[in-house]
Amino acid sequence: MNTILSKQRLSQEVFRMVIQAPEIAEARKPGQFIILQLGGDFNERIPLTIADADPVAGTITLIFQAVGETTHHLALLEEGDSIENLLGPLGKPTDIEKFGKVVCVGGGIGVAPLFPIVQGMKQMGNEVKVIMGARNESLLIMEEEMRATADEVIVVTDDGSYGRKALVTEPLKELCETWKPDCVVIIGPPIMMKFAALTTKPYGIHTIVSLNTIMIDGTGMCGGCRVSIGGKTKFVCVDGPEFDGHQVDWDNMLLRLGTYKPKEQEAHHRCHIGLDIKEGEA
Amino acid sequence: MHVSCEELDAQAKGLLKEFENVTLTPKLRSQIPMQEMPTQDPHVRVTNMQEVALGYSDSQVRLEALRCLQCKNQPCIAGCPVAIDIPGFIAAAAEGDYAKSVEIIKESSLLPSICGRVCPQESQCQKFCTVGKMHKDVDKSVSIGRIERFVADYAREHHCETVPSVAPDSGKKVAVVGSGPASISAAADLRREGHTVVMFEALHKAGGVLVYGIPEFRLPKKIVEHELDNLRAMGVEIRRNYLVGKTRKISDLMEKDGFDAVFVGSGAGLPKFLGIDGENYVGVFSANEYLTRSNLMKAYAVGESLTPLFDSRKVAVFGGGNVAMDAARTAKRLGADEVTIVYRRTEDEMPARKEEVGHAKEEGVQFLYLHAPLKITANEQGRVNGVELIRCELGESDASGRRSPVEIPGSEKLFDFDTVIVAIGNDSNPLIKATTDGIEVNRRGNFIVNEETCETTLAGVYAGGDIVLGAATVILAMGQGRKAAKAMNEYLLTK
Ligand SMILES: Cc1cc2nc3c(=O)[nH]c(=O)nc-3n(C[C@H](O)[C@H](O)[C@H](O)COP(=O)(O)OP(=O)(O)OC[C@H]3O[C@@H](n4cnc5c(N)ncnc54)[C@H](O)[C@@H]3O)c2cc1C
Ligand code: SF4
Ligand code: FES
Repeated sequence: MNTILSKQRLSQEVFRMVIQAPEIAEARKPGQFIILQLGGDFNERIPLTIADADPVAGTITLIFQAVGETTHHLALLEEGDSIENLLGPLGKPTDIEKFGKVVCVGGGIGVAPLFPIVQGMKQMGNEVKVIMGARNESLLIMEEEMRATADEVIVVTDDGSYGRKALVTEPLKELCETWKPDCVVIIGPPIMMKFAALTTKPYGIHTIVSLNTIMIDGTGMCGGCRVSIGGKTKFVCVDGPEFDGHQVDWDNMLLRLGTYKPKEQEAHHRCHIGLDIKEGEA
Repeated sequence: MHVSCEELDAQAKGLLKEFENVTLTPKLRSQIPMQEMPTQDPHVRVTNMQEVALGYSDSQVRLEALRCLQCKNQPCIAGCPVAIDIPGFIAAAAEGDYAKSVEIIKESSLLPSICGRVCPQESQCQKFCTVGKMHKDVDKSVSIGRIERFVADYAREHHCETVPSVAPDSGKKVAVVGSGPASISAAADLRREGHTVVMFEALHKAGGVLVYGIPEFRLPKKIVEHELDNLRAMGVEIRRNYLVGKTRKISDLMEKDGFDAVFVGSGAGLPKFLGIDGENYVGVFSANEYLTRSNLMKAYAVGESLTPLFDSRKVAVFGGGNVAMDAARTAKRLGADEVTIVYRRTEDEMPARKEEVGHAKEEGVQFLYLHAPLKITANEQGRVNGVELIRCELGESDASGRRSPVEIPGSEKLFDFDTVIVAIGNDSNPLIKATTDGIEVNRRGNFIVNEETCETTLAGVYAGGDIVLGAATVILAMGQGRKAAKAMNEYLLTK
């Protein structure tokens, strides 16, 4: 069960794994995620978006960045190994419909879960422009796939090592003014999603974000994933992960994501050992 | 004062000599002192996760069993939700025939080592016990639960349990959703009739609340694991990491995967929050989250566990039930300096088991009665730094017969806390209802079932435990699991 069929390193700290998981592959729709736990008594449970799935082959694809303890341990697994505990598909699927003009914004690893949405939006007959950003060139992933699918792809890097030197919000603002999209989908680091959502707000454009909070069960049992949406408490694992970006209480979400920060940094140092990632770069 | 196990055993040995060889009149029996449960020293146990109550010694259990009057009218049985033959199993225990004693219990209850530990005996069997009535003190009733626990532990440890026999293959297939006490009991009784039984559990460990909710120090996980092993030995397949409704819907299980019937024991897994200001600040947890981190992912094993823990100094726990006690005592063990239970009513109205309240007090948990939270405050990093509480007084009795708290205007006060655990109960998890056409629920989200059969409004789908009763008890969940299985076995005959 849950055997890793292939493993690829997409960039410095980003990995792609294709995993045998027939039931999840069959049920999964774009936007949904899984929770995995690496077995044994002591491991945490973490959510990862399903980047792709092949119901015929019975496989799902995960793309993840080795940033925390569990993702580091996951990155150390090889083809043929299996992931003991894999639960999914969880959350509600993305609302893919015919909007007309759609901008899909992906930051860092967020480009991976964005890809099936870009595909879906195209299939529904939308015109789709993609803005993808990363800190630097070595962290960019899936540019080719995006170019093959979307009508236009704009690449930005923080340091200008590739594409345009800008944050994703710059081209997003330009598109809002000149192209006037009907819908914007944003997936990426929370801080990026916050500012990208703020960018579209003055234009009143329907904006969807995909939240990645701390989770435990993923079934609505613990409330650890809760966020405030338009003043109401919602559980990301069952009510989300996608919400109206203009309704999210970003500051509260960012604070809650930092709940265990001091401890995780400590752990992060410990677990970089073995993965050949230099301190400071990650 | 804490009395050691050795001392309790020595006292019991002495007394047993005195009482063993005389003809015991009811009067004499009632003079035998109630046997205290040996426990870990409170000062020691707050530093570990091991079980607090250590169980009777052989002499203690014999002596306690001798206290039973073998009443003709058996009031205790009427108080037991599954009508265990209480005088019967106690008589066997008094004779030292523990294997027989357990057999008698197992005619009615499948999980005696669990129920002996977690049942609220003081409001069930022991509430009606004649001995307690004679002493005008329910705490002096025969300690039915402790005797039950002893004989069940004995049978497990001495391998003198009989694994239920399984009838030849019936050709029928049943899905059991969830793996808590309702599902464990249903699975066992269904498998006995020769049906293929597959249990589906969402989490990575089976056992339901018994594993993720109730802490190790109250219910050792190896006991739950033993019950699950018994199921496996009977041939029940347990599939973990499988969320029915998401991984596959109930209709898929029945239409595509060939399951002839389904039992849903999905529990009451939807934590209630108060809806007050500040409830989403960093450092506010539902009891479910707090306990799951500690129990399921062993966050308490600092250094070994990858699951991080939240550092707490002063913890407030809102609520007065077992969940609140478990959360408070866990917080103590995880190193908090001060833990306070904040409860709107008084000790008398607290729904928690009396023994747990006592244990919590011994461990230094503080109780602030007649106070209700109004809002939670935080520092500029959004981390909890206080709770505003208002004083209450008891007013009229409400529908449940408990007196409702009435807030006293002007008595608001800010208290210093850095962690808040909300333990005010659970509603039913809506996931299965939302993904299954034809299942009807009541206003509170509980499945509506036929009282006699536990069948839901969808043919072939049965349900029991907290998903039907609302957050209730292990024994009631077990009882419903068995009731449903009985009806399902009959239903499957007709299929
Ligand atoms: C902290 C705490 C302390 C308690 N203390 C006591 C006590 O001292 N005494 C007492 O009698 N009772 C106590 N209770 C209550 C008691 O534990 C419950 O009443 C009992 O466990 C209910 O059993 P159940 O089988 O209905 O469900 P649960 O034990 O809740 O099990 C349900 C299981 O189903 C799984 N599940 C849910 N949905 C799905 C799905 N869609 N697909 C697959 N699996 C699913 C869940 O993950 C869970 O494992 C306590 C409860 C808590 C939370
Ligand atoms: S009521 Fe008490 S004394 Fe009477 S049979 Fe039951 S346990 Fe024994
Ligand atoms: S992760 Fe527990 S409720 Fe969402």
